[in-house]
Order: sequence, then structure tokens, then C-alpha cells
Amino acid sequence: MARPALSLRNVSKTWMPEGRSPVIALRDFDLDVAPGEFVVFLGPSGCGKSTLLYMIAGLEETTGGVIEQNGRVVTEPSAERGLIFQEASLFPWLTIADNVAFGLSIQGVLPQKRKEMAADILRSVGLGDMLDKKPDELSGGMRQRAACARALAMRPSVLMMDEPFAALDVQTRAKMQDFLLQIWRDSKASIILVTHSIDEAVSLADRVVVFTSRPGRVKTIVPIDLPRPRPTRDPRYHEYRDMFAELLADEVDRAFAEQETR
Amino acid sequence: MSIPVGSQDDKPAARVPTLSPGTRRMLASIGWSLVSLGLFAGMWEALWAIGAINPLLLPPPHMFFSDIARTLTFFDHKARMIGSQGGGSAIMGLLTTIGWTTFRVVAGLSIGFALGVLCGALIHYVRMFRNLVQPLILMLAPISPVAWLPVAIFVFGVGDVPAIFLVFVTVFFMIVLATVAQIASVPKNYLHVARIMGANERQTFWRVILPAILPSLFMTLRLNLFAAWMVVLIAESVGVGIGLGQITGMARATFNAKLVFFTMVIIGVLGFTFDWALRKIQQKMLWWVPPGQGAM
Repeated sequence: MARPALSLRNVSKTWMPEGRSPVIALRDFDLDVAPGEFVVFLGPSGCGKSTLLYMIAGLEETTGGVIEQNGRVVTEPSAERGLIFQEASLFPWLTIADNVAFGLSIQGVLPQKRKEMAADILRSVGLGDMLDKKPDELSGGMRQRAACARALAMRPSVLMMDEPFAALDVQTRAKMQDFLLQIWRDSKASIILVTHSIDEAVSLADRVVVFTSRPGRVKTIVPIDLPRPRPTRDPRYHEYRDMFAELLADEVDRAFAEQETR
Repeated sequence: MSIPVGSQDDKPAARVPTLSPGTRRMLASIGWSLVSLGLFAGMWEALWAIGAINPLLLPPPHMFFSDIARTLTFFDHKARMIGSQGGGSAIMGLLTTIGWTTFRVVAGLSIGFALGVLCGALIHYVRMFRNLVQPLILMLAPISPVAWLPVAIFVFGVGDVPAIFLVFVTVFFMIVLATVAQIASVPKNYLHVARIMGANERQTFWRVILPAILPSLFMTLRLNLFAAWMVVLIAESVGVGIGLGQITGMARATFNAKLVFFTMVIIGVLGFTFDWALRKIQQKMLWWVPPGQGAM
């Protein structure tokens, strides 16, 4: 493999809640993400997959190990590593176009130029008519697309998503998955998507990283060897689904058992 | 299918009073306000008509309005011994009086708002400042602004400044507390986005935190507006120059019930207008807040 876009070595995170015993959220996590690769983090809730995402983003500090992007150690957030949240988190006081141009304006791009760039990107995500709308005038799916446009405006080499479609209805979610594959191909960025939906994992990922329950570690990494668009009627598709369902069930059982012994 | 279609001819006739829904809502609201006021005034008049209230103490509206010309002369400073500003006609006197009171309220509110936000931001950002100032603010905040009146006069003497200071005190502490609370509750993801985009602390404050907290700060300001009006009248009634409060003070001292009620009407209308104006400013400045949200 060529130099990875992202490399995680022994990454650990221990929470130190006041007055209680420390909680190990993540222990000795190793992973390489290739440039342009689509990786999905799959795991039971509370397994530390979102925490790991925030650490890669630089928003959360590691308590052990090293995260490197293109050979440089990650110490603080950067627009090189875009992050998209479950809620779109657009600024309600800016129009959609100004939201997308926000990062550009922080980086000192001149108003005329950034206006053009924002309009271009919004057109490419199918929101060309929405430039002057307020965020709350858009539907949930549109808002999430605008949030993607805001991240893409910074030309990130890694785009991370924290359960970005969890708040959307099923029909919108299917549309958004197609949309995501499209921007992935266009932007050539590596994508890391956090989800607990097995279907989402099998439909989107090059590789699925299955997390163990707390403390989160790599349980297994499964490459999805199916052509895109994923053939949902293919028996192999269902084999993958069943396999992930079993892997996750193990972890959920383990998490429950652990809670009972506590 | 036998749906009658002939009735379509009546339609243009039925649509004669065409008003946009907005206009209709506004007319309805004005109408109800008039009915509400009219009922109140009517009851008052009725009580007077059956002799249940003494017109010398509680003169009904038609009495204190019919005597407007004479009432207005009280607002003219030249007609009085005390004070030397103002002058001109009686109407001018009234307007000058209103102007001075309004000026004090606006000045106090603006200074209180600006310094309140500044102080709140410092408390949030500078730990030393927080440790030193926050306990003090929490101690001073519950003190009624009226209790500050003697202090204001000791320190600033008699004049505009103590009145403005009292208005300032009324809003300042509330704005400081609201600012601190609101900054702490800015959605984490807004701050995350700012950090990822590379915003520094100053950019984050001006471009993310301030717009995020402005709607609720404005709400705090509006809630304290009425308190500010009450306080400015009290300050003026103890003699700080020209003002509506001074007129009520004088009316009380001279047992002029008509003047008392006339001034009360003016104060009521002014307070209402002020709230309306602040609401309009709010809608213009905070265009993204949907009407109805934040009690607009």
C-alpha cells in the first residue's frame, strides 16, 4: 500500500470522570486508511467509534498512541479533515451560501471569489437554487447536503461523518447514500463513516472496521468485495449482512454480560 | 356527477373585501386592542356615572382628556418656577419632557447592554476576571434598582447621570448573567465547526458565539425594558431635571389627579411603543429567528 492518508497507532482514550473510576473508551487502536478509501466504523453504541472520529478530527485529545495524516501528527483540528455531524449544525444566522463560504472566509478568500466557489459547490450537491435560503427553510436531507458542501469547500483529504443519516427518514437516507458515493468519487477524499447500521456499512464501504464493545478495539476488518452499486439481491450481500449481524450480536451480548457483573 | 357549478358567478361579489391575511391579522389585533381599552375606559366612566368613584381622586378618561390644554401647560417649563430648560408651546413642552425621559432610557439600555455583554464575555474567557467579578455580580444582581437610587444621587449628584445609571443597573446584571449562561450553552458543534475551519478565538467569538447568543440577549433586554421604564420614572420623580417622572412627582405633590392620569397614559403609550420598536429592531437585526420563536 502506498503511504496511508491516515494512520492510527496504539490510539487509546481513557475518560477520567470526577469522583469515579476511569473509563477506558478505546484501547490500542491500529488502523491505516488509504487515500480515497471508503472506511466504515461499525459497532455497538458506546464502543468509542465517535470518540475515535473526534480524535482523528483533532477535537478530542488522545491519551495514548499517535494519529498521523500524510505523515504529520494530528494535534489540532484542520479543514484538511472535514467532519460532518449527525445534525447538520449549519449556522442559522447565515444563508446557505454564506454557511458554505464560512471556512473560505476564515481562510481569507475574497468575498467575490468565495461566493463563486460556494455557488459552484452547492450546485454540485444539487442545492443550486438554495443559495439565499435560511438553513431552517431546508429539509433535513438538504441541510445535511449543505453541511457536506461546507466541508467539501475546504477540499479535505479526509472526510469524516458521525452517523450523518441517523436523523433522516428511510427514503431520504437511501438517497443520501447515493449522494455520498457521488461526492466521494468526485472529491477523491478518503471517507470515514461512523454508523451502527449494517445495511449502510455493506452498501457503502470498501472496508468495514468492526469495533468491540467498551473498551473499543478493532474486532475485525472486513473488505467488502462487491461491485458498486452494491447488488442487494446478490447472496453474497446477504452473507456480509449476516456476518456483521453475528459479529455485532457477540459484542452486544458481551456488553450486557459486563453490565450485569458490575 | 352532479356538482353544481353555477355558484361560481357569485364569487367575484363575495370577494369584494379582499385583504391580505397579514393586514387582516393586524386589523384584528388593533381592533381587539381598542375593544380591550374601550371596555376598561367604559367601566371607569360607568363607575363615575353612578357616582361610585370620586372624580377628584380618580377622574375618568373624558375628564383628564378634555382638559388637555390646561394639563399640557404643566409640561412647559417656562410656566413653572423650577427648571429652566425647554420652553415654547405646551406641546413642545410635552415633547421635550418625553424626549428627555426617552433619552435616559435609551442611553441606559445601550450602555447596560454593551457593557453587560463585554463583562459576560470577560467572565467567560478570563479566569482571573471570573474569580474576581462573578461573586460580586451574583451578590449585586438581586438588589432592586430602586435601592441604588440614593447611591446614584450621592455619587452622581442630581441630573441626567443618576437616572441613566439606574436604567443601566436594571439591565446590566441581567445581561451579564444571560451572556455567561448563553455562551456556555452555545451548541458544541458550532464551536467544533469553527475550530475545524481554522477560526481563532476572536473570529469564533464575533462570528459564531455572538450571533448564537444575540437572540436570547435581546429577549433579556426586552424583558427588562419595562423595569427600565419604571426605574427611570422613580429617578426623575426625585428631581433629576426634566422628565415624565418629575411631572408625576409634581402632580402628586400638588394633588392634581388629572395630570397624574394623563401622564400615566403617556407613559403607557411610550412603553408600548418602545417594546414595539425593540421588536422591530429584533426582527431586522435577527432576521434568521423565525417569528414566534423567542416570543417575537
